Amino acid sequence: MTALEQANQLKAKFGDLISEPAVAHGEITIHLADAEKIGDVCAFAKAELGFNYLVDISSLDNYGEDPRWTVVYHLRGLASGCELRLKTNVSEEKSELPTITNVWRTADWHEREIYDMMGIRFRGHPDLRRILMWEGYPYFPLRKDFPLGGKPTQIPEVAFTQTAPLEGGPFVTAPGGKDAVEREPRVRTPEN
Amino acid sequence: MSEVQPIDFKDPAAQVAAAVEELQDMQGEKMVLNMGPSHPATHGVLRIVLELDGELITRAVPDVGYLHRGDEKIAENMTYTQFIPYTDRLDYLAPMANNVAYALAVEKLLGIHDKLPPRCQYIRVICAELARISSHLLGLGAFAMDVGALTVFLLTFTEREKIYNLCESLTGARFTTSYTRIGGVSRDTPPGWCAAVRKFLNEVVVNIAEMETLLTRNKIWVDRTRDVGVISKEQAIDYGLSGPNLRGSGVDYDLRKAQPYLCYPDLQFDVPLGSVGDCYDRYLVRMEEMRQSVRLLHQCLDKIPGGPDNQSKEPVNVADGKIFLPPKNKVLSGMEELIHQFMLVTQGMNVPPGEIYFGHENPKGELGFYIHSRGGGTPYRMKIRSPSFVNLSILSALMPGHMMSDTVVILGSLDFVMGECDR
Repeated sequence: MTALEQANQLKAKFGDLISEPAVAHGEITIHLADAEKIGDVCAFAKAELGFNYLVDISSLDNYGEDPRWTVVYHLRGLASGCELRLKTNVSEEKSELPTITNVWRTADWHEREIYDMMGIRFRGHPDLRRILMWEGYPYFPLRKDFPLGGKPTQIPEVAFTQTAPLEGGPFVTAPGGKDAVEREPRVRTPEN
Repeated sequence: MSEVQPIDFKDPAAQVAAAVEELQDMQGEKMVLNMGPSHPATHGVLRIVLELDGELITRAVPDVGYLHRGDEKIAENMTYTQFIPYTDRLDYLAPMANNVAYALAVEKLLGIHDKLPPRCQYIRVICAELARISSHLLGLGAFAMDVGALTVFLLTFTEREKIYNLCESLTGARFTTSYTRIGGVSRDTPPGWCAAVRKFLNEVVVNIAEMETLLTRNKIWVDRTRDVGVISKEQAIDYGLSGPNLRGSGVDYDLRKAQPYLCYPDLQFDVPLGSVGDCYDRYLVRMEEMRQSVRLLHQCLDKIPGGPDNQSKEPVNVADGKIFLPPKNKVLSGMEELIHQFMLVTQGMNVPPGEIYFGHENPKGELGFYIHSRGGGTPYRMKIRSPSFVNLSILSALMPGHMMSDTVVILGSLDFVMGECDR
């Protein structure tokens, strides 16, 4: 069974919650409309479709858009060799979705990392602590409104650097803004 | 006349289960031991909080992040080419393999991964396999040293020195190679380099055999590693292990076979598998992987298009001025090349919107890049799926029930590197 057929089986099972599978670069992406159902979808994909290996979970900050967060799951069936990308959106007000640690244990550290870097919480996670930053660190550094140069914290001289000489150069702009200041993620603060 | 003595091994799974069972009865006073972040056996800055009952570990909480530099954040703020030197510093024991992995990921996003010139593909495979030998030599050398066999460490480091010399003559740097470019490599192999690699291969097999005689049937080594740190097949998959740690548990999954890239489909090699999933199996798998890498390298050197010194002037880069920098003499004399050079250096290549995930079989496991592009010269988001990070997550499940002295064995056999784990 190819990955496309498996994606269609997921769609048949969950109906309108799952988008049409999109194929790009030889990879299949499906979108789950309701993040609350992620546990069911993953459990079904693992039990019925043979996706026994969770490669990775990553997160996207769609800054300035609604919903703000996208959580991206990469599933793989080791026996079939099929891969599937599963995406789901989470709004900024909620910033929470169910954990899938009960489906794959490897999700544990991936979810902790996303919580640490983006501030998205995983409900039901057995041990949702920061993993790369230290306990008590007040910010979420991978958010687009966090400056590259860092922000001062109560621990001086830690996780704070002078801005790189690249600042303001033409190569540090990110697309999407109307002018250079808008496109520069480092000069943007949540207030303005 | 020497006598052959069979070694009687107990069933490893039963032994661990019995140890955990026993723990329930021995409710003595527990001691908390803080191991690391600066400890010679943690190979970097890993901290493990161990709860001990006598010599038995009852709980282990790994604490990572001491080497966190924010590579993913940095990647969002520079062009794709500018990030190549940062990939050297992920798994700093195999920088060339990281370079290859990253370049392939960006090329997949650009849609040019199947247009790479054949010579470039062979050079990249040579780089990746040299890095694999180098990484395994260090991993096994340090593993053996932690267990007490210092000689092996000296042997492997002698061999690694030769790989560093090869790196230096190929890339100009011994350690932080930054060798690949998006769409090719920074330069072709220097004259005589392929012959030097061949000479190295003939020397390294002798030393691998020497290591083998020092360790594989060594009673102390076998006693320390057999039945220790047993990871079952199901557990290995559940925890998302990859690379030699996954195959040591008997799961036949190698990205070079499962999702072939570069010229791996044209090359013959075997994927070694473990049967029990203990530290000894992981050692054996790495040992055999080195021999398979030697085999791969010999085939690459035989088949490399253009011959060793590229007599027929085969290209090593894609001929696309919008992706790869033009030669400098053309920049100074041609208008089109000058424009290409200016655009590439100031804004980077124009990458179409889209997203890809590419996993590369690195020495430590699957190094994956998830790149989300919204067009333009910088990635909108780049997630690095690092094998060491995922491999370490099993520690809290693996360590309880073992003796304190087994920690160094388990850590050595998992072969992680913190630069990659913490990113």
